[in-house]
Amino acid sequence: MTHFSCIVVVPAFNEAANVSAVVRDINAQLPHADVLVVDDGSSDETSAFAARAGAAVLRLPVNSGYGVALQAGYKYAVAHGYRVVAQMDADGQHSAEYLPRLLAIVEDGDADVVIGSRFLDGDGHYTPSMARKVGMELFGRVATIVMRQPISDPTSGYQVMSIDVARFFTTDVYPADYPDADILILLHRSGYRVREVGVQMRMPEGASMHSGHRSVYYVYKMILSIGLTLLRPRPTGSS
Amino acid sequence: MDPRIRVITIGGALVVLLLVIELVRRRKLKEEYSVLWVVTAFVVLVMSIWYGLLNGLTHLIGAVAPASTLLFFGMLFVLILLLHFSVRISMLERRLTKLVQEIGLMSATAPARPDDAAPGEAPAQEPAPLPRMPEQPVR
Repeated sequence: MTHFSCIVVVPAFNEAANVSAVVRDINAQLPHADVLVVDDGSSDETSAFAARAGAAVLRLPVNSGYGVALQAGYKYAVAHGYRVVAQMDADGQHSAEYLPRLLAIVEDGDADVVIGSRFLDGDGHYTPSMARKVGMELFGRVATIVMRQPISDPTSGYQVMSIDVARFFTTDVYPADYPDADILILLHRSGYRVREVGVQMRMPEGASMHSGHRSVYYVYKMILSIGLTLLRPRPTGSS
Repeated sequence: MDPRIRVITIGGALVVLLLVIELVRRRKLKEEYSVLWVVTAFVVLVMSIWYGLLNGLTHLIGAVAPASTLLFFGMLFVLILLLHFSVRISMLERRLTKLVQEIGLMSATAPARPDDAAPGEAPAQEPAPLPRMPEQPVR
């Protein structure tokens, strides 16, 4: 692995309390990786704290949502010539100790995308709210059927991908509001190999940026999005 | 049909038509957006003047009063107009997203690398070189 060929994208919205610790955690685990904090128009000191902790900072001038922030991170990674892109949430629920393992799988070419699953180990460490649990279960099942491989945690924000996948995500195919099982199905249909690895999560303190979206809209959006993904012609992954 | 309602619908359609033309003339409304408005006003105008057409249409769609036929078609056009706006708003949002990301990328700061500064020190503040984005047509 050449120096600084890997970048860890951390989308953050008003996470001044956690972002420094997350950046330091990543730097400790991966001293040769760059960290990019995408500040999604925070009103607090997220940007300043992230920069002080040693991260590159990409600040979006207006709050644009989780998917838009992530996509900005992918664009940064592509423009700056990184080879592998990892992503973690800024609320401190992900521990960077799993990053080397996830990275190794992508760098060895065993998969194009590796997802850190909260449920694979089945230790009940992470307990989502009832509505989210039902939605995750349902769309995980749909993804499992369509992709013919078990998908236990399609909403996980803990992922590592090759730069080809990140480049694919910088196009209009990426759902800007909230990436979920639909993007996994899209990846599968585009010929990318997706793999899940079990990770343990800490429960986030306070509300995470995920809790904002309402469950009824979430279920509606996912049904529509997965249906439309299946109806569209297969996009070419190499573009 | 009651002559009073004909006067009202003809008058209403004429006012909308003139207003739209005037707004385009003063460049407050783009030609592109005036099309649906002009078509709506024009259809209402034609149907209010040409009573035979309105009557025929009323029988065709099974309405009782010609006035409801007018209302129905007026409503239909308004719905199309609203859908058209939803499409435009979606397009504008997509463009805005791209611009927001582009501005973020242009002003992104570089990471403080371990060989640049000791941990805890303030990171270098020079912005990273301008990223070159792949050319993508904005739809």
